[in-house]
Amino acid sequence: MATRRSGPRFGHRIKIGLGAAIVLGAVLMAILAPLLAPHDPYRQDLLARLQPPVWAEQGAWKHPLGTDNYGRDLLSRLIYGSRLSIMVGVSAALLSAVLGSVLGMLAGYKGGWLQQVIMRFADAHLAFPEILLAILIVAAVGGSALNLILVLGVSGWMVYARVMYNLTRAVRERPFIEAAVSHGASDAYILARHVFPQLVPVLTVVCTLQVAQMILQETALSFLGLGLPPPTATWGNMLAEGRDRLWVAPWIANFAGLAIILVVWGINMLGNGLREHLDPKAKERR
Amino acid sequence: MAETLVDIAGLEKHFAVAGGGWFSRRKLAVRAVDGVDLAIRRGETLGLVGESGCGKSTLGRLILRLVRPSAGAIRFGGVDIATLEGAALRAVRRRAQMIFQDPYGSLNPRMRVADLVTEPLRIAGRPPAAGYRAHAESLLQSVGLDAQHAERYAHEFSGGQRQRIGIARALALEPELVVADEPVSALDVSIRAQVINLMQDLQARHRLTYLFISHDLGVVHHIADRVAVMYLGRIVELAPKRALYATPRHPYTQSLLAAIPAATPALRGRRVALGGDPPSPLAPPPGCRFHTRCPHAIERCRREDPPLQAAGEGHSVACLRADEIGPIAIPLIQPGGRAGR
Amino acid sequence: MALLEVEGLRTVFPSQEGEVSAVEGASFSLSEGEVLGLVGESGSGKSVTAFSLMRLVQAPGRIAAGSVRFEGRDLLSLDEREMRKLRGRRMSMIFQEPLSSLNPVWTVGQQVMEPMLLHGGVTRREARERALAMLARVGIADAARRFNDYPHQLSGGLRQRVMIALALVCEPKLLIADEPTSALDVTIQAQILELLRDLQRELGMAILMITHDLGVVAEIADRVNVMYAGRIVESAPVETLFRAPAHPYSAGLLQSVPDMGEERERLPTIRGIVPRPGEMPPGCAFAPRCPYADAACTVAPPPVHTLTDDHAAACVRPLGAHG
Repeated sequence: MATRRSGPRFGHRIKIGLGAAIVLGAVLMAILAPLLAPHDPYRQDLLARLQPPVWAEQGAWKHPLGTDNYGRDLLSRLIYGSRLSIMVGVSAALLSAVLGSVLGMLAGYKGGWLQQVIMRFADAHLAFPEILLAILIVAAVGGSALNLILVLGVSGWMVYARVMYNLTRAVRERPFIEAAVSHGASDAYILARHVFPQLVPVLTVVCTLQVAQMILQETALSFLGLGLPPPTATWGNMLAEGRDRLWVAPWIANFAGLAIILVVWGINMLGNGLREHLDPKAKERR
Repeated sequence: MAETLVDIAGLEKHFAVAGGGWFSRRKLAVRAVDGVDLAIRRGETLGLVGESGCGKSTLGRLILRLVRPSAGAIRFGGVDIATLEGAALRAVRRRAQMIFQDPYGSLNPRMRVADLVTEPLRIAGRPPAAGYRAHAESLLQSVGLDAQHAERYAHEFSGGQRQRIGIARALALEPELVVADEPVSALDVSIRAQVINLMQDLQARHRLTYLFISHDLGVVHHIADRVAVMYLGRIVELAPKRALYATPRHPYTQSLLAAIPAATPALRGRRVALGGDPPSPLAPPPGCRFHTRCPHAIERCRREDPPLQAAGEGHSVACLRADEIGPIAIPLIQPGGRAGR
Repeated sequence: MALLEVEGLRTVFPSQEGEVSAVEGASFSLSEGEVLGLVGESGSGKSVTAFSLMRLVQAPGRIAAGSVRFEGRDLLSLDEREMRKLRGRRMSMIFQEPLSSLNPVWTVGQQVMEPMLLHGGVTRREARERALAMLARVGIADAARRFNDYPHQLSGGLRQRVMIALALVCEPKLLIADEPTSALDVTIQAQILELLRDLQRELGMAILMITHDLGVVAEIADRVNVMYAGRIVESAPVETLFRAPAHPYSAGLLQSVPDMGEERERLPTIRGIVPRPGEMPPGCAFAPRCPYADAACTVAPPPVHTLTDDHAAACVRPLGAHG
């Protein structure tokens, strides 16, 4: 009867487009780093240390964004840094997505003691400051890319578990789940074939937003000296190195900071755009 | 007499609900099904009627073992399935299928119709000889839909068409028993008749046995061979259709029939409305469960729980005073037959 | 003079294909104390008609044409403030699902008192007394105790009684009942229908009974309008409609209801499905499903054919009409 016209829906298209463009740019930059970077990001040139960017008075096109304390080319470091930051962020977000989704879906679908154990553990973990836990573990086992992914991935599972748990409980009550049971389907089949597909839109959104979180956390850990060890080019390390020279060479920290802000903003915009786009309430219903 | 396909004895299902106050650890139980004996014969349509909350849906789901009984036996083709688990249970479930009330919710919105109707075969690991796609098309055609519909999603169909998809899916595994839980209640009147006719055609073609659960006594009258009446978790009357409608023996059945809105204006107002609401299944009254609303209740009914007893050929009733009250015919149609035809 | 007179009512909703009408040219009248059944299937426009009469059509839907005269005043030209004065006092509405139309955080008593307090002229004390009397009148045993209950504490049947008390506490002249018994069990439905019939006689009000259930119509209506795809296709006294329906749709509807009087191998059906709004055929909307349709039916919407002075059908050749 009354078909509802879903109001102006340009907002999320712009968000998705702009967000995706930024994210795509960052990913391309990471992949094509050896082609894009004008210099070796680790080559020191003590004669050219602390050069300002090209538009400053003493700037030169040789180092478009200037150099750091050891004369390393900042643009190259920024480009290479995106590799580790994005890889760590995406991998950690995916790891926690897998962990959290599986546990959350199990808790929501099976209920009973399994639900009690998983969800109480998630609550306890949520109450514990994430970054503090990450600091403790990295301080103990040392910083390497793999350790960072593991630590950040494991410490982020509860967000997914909570969301997936609640959604699974709602989906479990829908009649088509009972229909599948009546056809003789196993729990694993139902979870994979009937429950999970209903959760994908939300999972996509949460996961996207979590990538931004993870990049920020990697940066924070590196900044605190707990991430990848210093010569490695990551945005967090660049931020940390720039901190000491903030008054004499502000550009070192500025560009890393800007890169982080831009990428995180782009990812968040993409995530929010996706959420609006996938929100079933915004879609036409019959 | 036809072979018995399902034989239920002393079946109970109690659902635990949180009860008492915040600090109480007392558990209450909804006695959804509370001592049911029932046999379903191969090839028949057994109508199961009752008002909401009487336990008729739960009874249907117990037979399919979608819920686990608290007590009692369910023999399906001679094997007790009441306590089966795991793979053995899943194998039994495939011999009995369900048609659901909600044609909107019971079809996964993210699956194409071709996948929906053949899903039971995939789950069972029984690929059809002709291939999934061709089989899906023939299933759709058997329920009166077009083969081209296979590519679409459920939301592109009307309620009646969706119910046909649900029926095609239920028939994919060629089940022996089909439990239909209010299959036409959500449909418009003109569509209802189409779906009922389809179910009858399919029954004849595939030699199906139906347990037809409904609150609509008119629909049950049309489709059922025998009818069981449920009240608060118990079967209070069971009879061949003709006997149940012409000579109802239980006061509850009599009230139900009397409460049906008139078939024509000429019969209006000739009915006695049953007073009150059904009691809560959390605390069914002692004695006969119906005594709180029964116009014939006496002191004995408050104390004694009447068993389901024979009261004529194939007719049984759970009422202490059934013989005194006797069958009461309810005027359901205008003398001289139906108008407009 | 008629209590309610509806002329050419047209209510439209926007859609991708432009505006589609949910109600198209509905005309009918309702006398004081009369019970008019409005029968149709889902999407027939019967509920939209009811909401249009109350001027409660949800945006973006709107009443595009027609007039609604109630007690001699044109409701469509009243401003919202005057309309509010009528609602709940002169004309009331009850709905299918009483739980969602009652406010969960207010007690039953507060809600039944509300219309009287809104419309003024009574003290709280009088309102309370009248609310109690009304709750007792709709058959709520122990009304004084129930007065302080919340809706969720009541059964479905009791909730519908509360809804009725709330609608009738100001003694309106017109009650619009939108499927008031469809969510109820058959024994409770019988109780509510009997209650409505008694109250209607006692208060002398008119009822517009909207339902898909022909049994409810047979039970309570004096006259019936049958709606199909937004149009009223037949209007007749209830006995006439059940005895000799003139529109093929009404006849098909009556026949497809399983009845308990005779055993039939198959139920007569109406083939096909209701056309979607926006995909209406150019002629009679029922033509694609009608067993009697021919070329004349597909040209233009059929004219209203008057069979007797109280029986009319929108059909090129109504059943039973000779000549």
